[in-house]
Amino acid sequence: MPIKELQNMTLCALKQGMKEKAFKSTEITEALLSRISDLGPSLNAFITVTAEQALKEAQEADKLIAAGKDKPLMGLPIAHKDLFCTDGVLTSCGSKMLHNFIPPYNASVVKRLKSSGIIMLGKTNMDEFAMGSSNETSYYGAVNNPWNMDLSPGGSSGGSAAAVAARLVPAATGTDTGGSIRQPAALTGITGIKPTYGRVSRYGMIAFASSLDQGGVFTRSVEDAALLLGEMAGFDENDSTSVDVPVPNYIGTINKSIKGLKIGLVRQHFDAGLDEDNAKAVKEALEVLKEQGAEIIDIDLPNIELSVPTYYVVASAECSSNLSRYDGVRFGYRAENYKDLNEFYCKTRGEGFGAEVKRRIMTGTYVLSAGYYDAYYLKAQKVRQLISQDFKKAFEKVDLIAGPTTPSPAFALGAKMDDPIEMYLNDIYTIGANLAGLPGMSIPCGFVNNLPVGLQLVGKHFGEESLLQCGHHYQQETNWHLQVPEQFK
Amino acid sequence: MSLNKDQIKYLAVLSRMNLQDSETNDVVDKLSRIVEFVDQLQAVSTEGIEPMAHPLEQSQRLRVDKVTEINDREKIQLNANDINKGMYLVPKVID
Repeated sequence: MPIKELQNMTLCALKQGMKEKAFKSTEITEALLSRISDLGPSLNAFITVTAEQALKEAQEADKLIAAGKDKPLMGLPIAHKDLFCTDGVLTSCGSKMLHNFIPPYNASVVKRLKSSGIIMLGKTNMDEFAMGSSNETSYYGAVNNPWNMDLSPGGSSGGSAAAVAARLVPAATGTDTGGSIRQPAALTGITGIKPTYGRVSRYGMIAFASSLDQGGVFTRSVEDAALLLGEMAGFDENDSTSVDVPVPNYIGTINKSIKGLKIGLVRQHFDAGLDEDNAKAVKEALEVLKEQGAEIIDIDLPNIELSVPTYYVVASAECSSNLSRYDGVRFGYRAENYKDLNEFYCKTRGEGFGAEVKRRIMTGTYVLSAGYYDAYYLKAQKVRQLISQDFKKAFEKVDLIAGPTTPSPAFALGAKMDDPIEMYLNDIYTIGANLAGLPGMSIPCGFVNNLPVGLQLVGKHFGEESLLQCGHHYQQETNWHLQVPEQFK
Repeated sequence: MSLNKDQIKYLAVLSRMNLQDSETNDVVDKLSRIVEFVDQLQAVSTEGIEPMAHPLEQSQRLRVDKVTEINDREKIQLNANDINKGMYLVPKVID
């Protein structure tokens, strides 16, 4: 099978092809590894490529397939965001602080996917500790957007998104604290899903803001997202916030009709700030869903504008607490030349963290400090409640909420680095789902200035099934998700 | 509310993070803008609203107190910068 055909195939198509003996896992793995080695560096999408290990696993998978021992994801390739701990493989979290960290165990997500037969091709670049919306805060440098190499692919899971969009891998994992899966998915023209908080285990995911972080996937079709999510999701006793709710058969129910599905359109999402053409693409997408029997209902989320400031208080507070573990004692970066323990800590942390991470740690320290706790942290937790209640009220009327994923298509690298607020506002449409713990998905819904834009769908708690069904039906009628960046055809 | 240089330096001390002089001005500027931005929350009426601690309003799950992990000390300590006889070494704390 020619490499050009393999690189464009979805996981479901690759699975089918292996079943029909059209090609082997070794062929897929070799083809993609050579693509990663040829094209990966220009994008800076990978921090580590695990070629040797991948080829060995592919050979084993082929043997098992030949022996008739199949598994749901047997022999299929994936890349993991460099935030998921991988046993024996560098997990840097995009930071100098962890530039030498080799985890002694696998994250639950990695473990589950591996036991379903998946093969890891490498670890992808990301904003440092997942703090960023452009992938520019990475210690390993920015990632380029395959649609235009001068632009950002979004962040924080920028490497995963770029790798999937550039056809280097059919799928990659990501994490989403304020939009870090959905925003880069939108800006690179692929599918990205962030499940309900507690749906996918956070064990072995390096923590940023624990009440908001959730793992998910990037794929090139909603069907593939359903396939992977079915294997990743479920209760894990190692994660104290994992929820013991049965995992539906996402892939088995994906064709269910969306006739009668009530989709809410948030009035506030179309206020000033949204690019006109982006708004048009979203409205056209809703027309497609309407033709398939969905009902579009206008709804209000009156406090949604407050989601960004609320997020920056809550997430920074949690990050300042979570990142206090990096002290240079047991693992990670350690400074040289210190005269006492205090200087040892201060130098290690001062040198090991980048500028954005330092700012967020200090913001968090500020909002949690004596005299400011009530005014900032407690206040933000109350506003978070208001935002969450708005969603609850909206879901009394509708099954899903739809709108834009981002205010505009991809922006130039460097364009927003001097203005933290402008960068933060890029996540205005995505943060609400994290604050309320809701599942969200972005799917490609058109192009603005030759750049992809996304349609965001947000569901009820544990409502991933309807998100996937709705997205899948949309992709049956449209071909936005099949578009390939010119340079990577 | 904008923050001054002394406040930033104190936050750096609390966070156990050295800031280079060249970094400090940038942090003063950007952190001030961030604090001003989140200050808009002060205008929101939240009377009678319970703070939200968990997105699903779940309580902490408990487990039976038994050993489930194996002792992986050697493997874990491969990541250590400085160890001696299985102990992590740090600068002298007590004279």
